[in-house]
Amino acid sequence: MPASGCGPSQRPRFLDAGESALVVEFGRIVEPALHDRVLALDAAVTKARIDGVIETVPTYRSLMVHYDPRQLGREELARKVQLLLARTTSVTIAPARRNVPACFQLPYAEDLTEVAQRLHVDEAHIVERFTQAGYRLYMYGFLPGFAYLGRLPHELEIPRRETPRSPTAIGAVQIAGEQVVITGVAMTTGWYMIGRTPLRVFDLERETPFLFDVGDEIVFEPIDAATFERFS
Amino acid sequence: MSGRLRVLSAGPGETIQDAGRYGYLRYGVVASGPMDWIAYEILNRALENPRDAAAIEISRAGIAVACEAAPLVVAFGGGGFIWERSGARLSTAGIVRLEPGEHLRARAGSSWGNWTYLAIAGGIDVPRVLGSRSTYARFAIGGIEGRALRAGDALAACASDAQPQTGALLTPLLERPKGSIRVVLGPQDDYFTDEARATFFTQAYTISTRFDRMGYWLEGPRITHSGGFDIVSDGIPLGAIQVPGAGQPLVLMADHQATGGYPKLGTVARADIGAFAQHRPGENVRFEACTVDAARRALLDVYASLERPLSRASDEALASSNLIGGVISATD
Repeated sequence: MPASGCGPSQRPRFLDAGESALVVEFGRIVEPALHDRVLALDAAVTKARIDGVIETVPTYRSLMVHYDPRQLGREELARKVQLLLARTTSVTIAPARRNVPACFQLPYAEDLTEVAQRLHVDEAHIVERFTQAGYRLYMYGFLPGFAYLGRLPHELEIPRRETPRSPTAIGAVQIAGEQVVITGVAMTTGWYMIGRTPLRVFDLERETPFLFDVGDEIVFEPIDAATFERFS
Repeated sequence: MSGRLRVLSAGPGETIQDAGRYGYLRYGVVASGPMDWIAYEILNRALENPRDAAAIEISRAGIAVACEAAPLVVAFGGGGFIWERSGARLSTAGIVRLEPGEHLRARAGSSWGNWTYLAIAGGIDVPRVLGSRSTYARFAIGGIEGRALRAGDALAACASDAQPQTGALLTPLLERPKGSIRVVLGPQDDYFTDEARATFFTQAYTISTRFDRMGYWLEGPRITHSGGFDIVSDGIPLGAIQVPGAGQPLVLMADHQATGGYPKLGTVARADIGAFAQHRPGENVRFEACTVDAARRALLDVYASLERPLSRASDEALASSNLIGGVISATD
């Protein structure tokens, strides 16, 4: 196993993902301070508008910089990123806080009873603990608008299902492992759907198709089923 | 009145693709775009289209289209497919002017190639979704209603003043790929044993029947991880060679997800990704390690070749059995 658990204090590593993408790896673990550094560099690279940089992809632990090798060589890009890194070491970007109304009652909390049984706690306690915490949007992936949030309070951690459940609805609030996701589309899933938001996290008709950005802090506000229906 | 292409029949994998959807990977939206970007780009250049003009990507299932309402100038080629105009065989790549009522049909050649392309002068006019016309069928965006083409679809072209010369297109870039596929090591090559890396670059791998626009699975000697095979997710580029726990590599293609949680041994060089994509299930592929610099130079060489004017044979040659025999025997 290679060195793991590199903390945020360590120097980031520059790794090549072909001749058209450079990975700036801050570590190999999930850790808010490490993700802060990803976000700071992401903002700095975006702001710098380096010729030849196509787009950046922030993840839990790294920033992938996609570039056009016709305009920009690897070494030149690495030099520019290194300069930006030096300037952003102590920068922390304050997260935007997003309040997300969500209903944790039937018919929207499809798997809440099952989660309560598996964790041996009552449903009200799950909702209370779940909505007390704030969740960082660490990254998108898997499908468009599929946002990975973390981290779930320890006592709510539940292993992923061995076999996927039937498709969940758009806006399903789901948990598994230490993660929380809000889905932008209906999909079969190995996660547990404990609630649903009436917000459309992804809507092509909207000027900003994606409601949230990587780095946002999501706080769920419980609403009852009647309120949910008024929203929709 | 402007001309349009009517789809007469289409297999399940025929989609509208442009140069790709950029800027939304951070929201999990894949880039899509053509599987063989070089073939796609040759056609757009030949038609003097914008570099990102939308074209039809055609899988081995083939397609048949008819020209309606007014003449259309179209370019076709890639993957050594067999093309026919109203029953008469054409070269494997070329530009033709279709008159209303004429048909154009593509089917896979007998020995190689998964993807061919059909471009219209001006480019196919479908709405842009998140800045691109590319179809991402899994998420139902782009193209026509986010889906693959089907019989009955009508495709109009954007305006074009270009008067491209018709005839066969002759370029080595459209010939059957030879030799090994270049791979830049990383970003997680240190998750594999030395022996595993050596195996990957010395043994042949076979393209599995599990292949689509998202990725191609490879069958061959197992690639052993030196430790765990779960990593905390990070970004995925086009051509990433991801190795899940069972040790069989998966090469991520045009519709690959933006991020993922398996170690990536290397990345197929952009210059070779189209050639790789044209390998059929059951075909063997060999990989060769190269540096970032070498991969970049290879890519710049491809662009230099694309900049050179294409050699074109005349219309007579396009329809002549001699030339067709010559062109096809080299590739088919």
